[in-house]
Amino acid sequence: MTTFDGSFRPGTFTPAPGRGSTWRMLRTHAKVETLLTLRHGEQILLTLLIPLALLIGMTVLDLVPADQLDDADPVGWTTPRILALAVMSSAFTGQAIALGFDRKYGVFKRLAATALPLWVLIGGRIVAGLCVATLQVLILGGVAAALGFRPVLAGVPMAVVLVLAGIVGFGALGVLLGGSLRAEIVLAVANLLWFVLLLAGGIVLAPESLPPGLSTVAEFLPSGALAEGLRAALMHGAAAWDSVAVLVVWGVVGAGLATRTTKLT
Amino acid sequence: MSEPALQISGLVKRFGSAVAVDGVGLELPRGTLLALLGPNGAGKTTTVEIAEGLQRPDAGTVRVLGLDPHRDRARLRPRIGVMPQGGGAYPGVRTAEMLQLVASCAADPLDVRWLLDVLGLAKAARTPFKRLSGGQQQRLSLACAIVGRPELVFLDEPTAGMDPQARRLVWDLLAALRADGVSILLTTHLMEEAETLADQVVIIDRGRVVAQGSPAELTASDGDAEQLTFRARPGLDVGLLIEALPEGYTVTETAPGSYRVTGKIDPQVVSTVTAWCAQHGVLAEQLHVGSKDLEDVFLELTGRELRA
Repeated sequence: MTTFDGSFRPGTFTPAPGRGSTWRMLRTHAKVETLLTLRHGEQILLTLLIPLALLIGMTVLDLVPADQLDDADPVGWTTPRILALAVMSSAFTGQAIALGFDRKYGVFKRLAATALPLWVLIGGRIVAGLCVATLQVLILGGVAAALGFRPVLAGVPMAVVLVLAGIVGFGALGVLLGGSLRAEIVLAVANLLWFVLLLAGGIVLAPESLPPGLSTVAEFLPSGALAEGLRAALMHGAAAWDSVAVLVVWGVVGAGLATRTTKLT
Repeated sequence: MSEPALQISGLVKRFGSAVAVDGVGLELPRGTLLALLGPNGAGKTTTVEIAEGLQRPDAGTVRVLGLDPHRDRARLRPRIGVMPQGGGAYPGVRTAEMLQLVASCAADPLDVRWLLDVLGLAKAARTPFKRLSGGQQQRLSLACAIVGRPELVFLDEPTAGMDPQARRLVWDLLAALRADGVSILLTTHLMEEAETLADQVVIIDRGRVVAQGSPAELTASDGDAEQLTFRARPGLDVGLLIEALPEGYTVTETAPGSYRVTGKIDPQVVSTVTAWCAQHGVLAEQLHVGSKDLEDVFLELTGRELRA
């Protein structure tokens, strides 16, 4: 069971306490969190494989109704929506489920007992979320480019802002959900919401193609705001500050509620 | 360095109308090991979590390494090691990654690979936390508590769920920590653990300290009330043995096959008991004269009924 010979040299455990360097703590924590996401089969399915399948499927199989396309080609119509889906999948659904199970397995009770400050705990998670989002955008963007996606370059900075606002908005909602309910319920609710927002939240169907009441709602959902904003920025090079505002408001409200409801143990 | 590692007095903690801790006081001198014993729900974990700064007391004073565990928590955390009850890890994190993460919080941590090897976790270094056995999870949690070379460690039921081999290993480890000057507070349900390791035992029940002292002090016979215990086949007629003994002795079968003779035990009494057994063709095994063991003391003080 061990190669240890059973005796400890005196002085082995002589106290030498001290806090580790903040940079090293943050780096180690962010690395662990990123690896956990990338190693997790269901997370990869949710954050990468399903968006990839939809991107390729909707582009190649000519599934987009002609009256929705305006003057865009299928890949141009699909890519912004799939990027919105990817952000929602990782920042909201994946985040909520991971948080629910991390709480269940007592990781925060464990980490609360170390010298790891709370802000490093949160910061490491945010850095990990940004790493995962970067990978998603690079892979999905790369595949879309290979399929013929040609965004308006002037809209790319706006798209970056939108993706960041999306991470803020969806991330706060993910923490709100994952931090307040039992892990198994989080799993069910997060997956259900993912599906509902995908179909009726303005992602695979543009808000204007939804029934009248629902289309207004969808424009103010984080999913609809992010998808429409990314479309406007990447296809027309337009500013989409109204979408950013919707996402930030969701983020502020979600975070405000989450600070009250989140239980880390 | 003369101030105690931990000093608690008059500690009170209420949860709603229930009083979890009701005036607990104890002191842990530096470089010693204190075992906190008590039935489930006695207030052990609450006391420990207050000392760790995870909960706030309603009354009383707590000084940890001379500091306030709540107000000075940020300064204290690098100096203490904690093994929480039911504290875990990310479900998917590998054993070595988790220990590495905790080690990164310390300025001069122990070598992670060495510590995993010592605790018999080297082969499980790449195993995800959720696939570890309960005993392996406990050993990882213990490793996390000591990897930062703390001055003071809090261990909440450190050997719960461990097999006897792992338990011996942990006892050796704790003895080595203590010998190197680390102060240790542990809670346990194992009397043997407390008797083997502790400089000082504190028994609490219903939130109050009901006894404290070294294991030897706690089990010392008080005056003439000494006892003789032995094991034999169950169902002996203890009435006959009482008749054979001088006036004033009592004999009870405390559990099937376990007998206890209470009264002043002198050589004559031992001889009478063994002679009586011989007459009845009974072999008395595990004959033990003198003091009670810690479990007797514990059960006397806290009663025999089951707790929550």
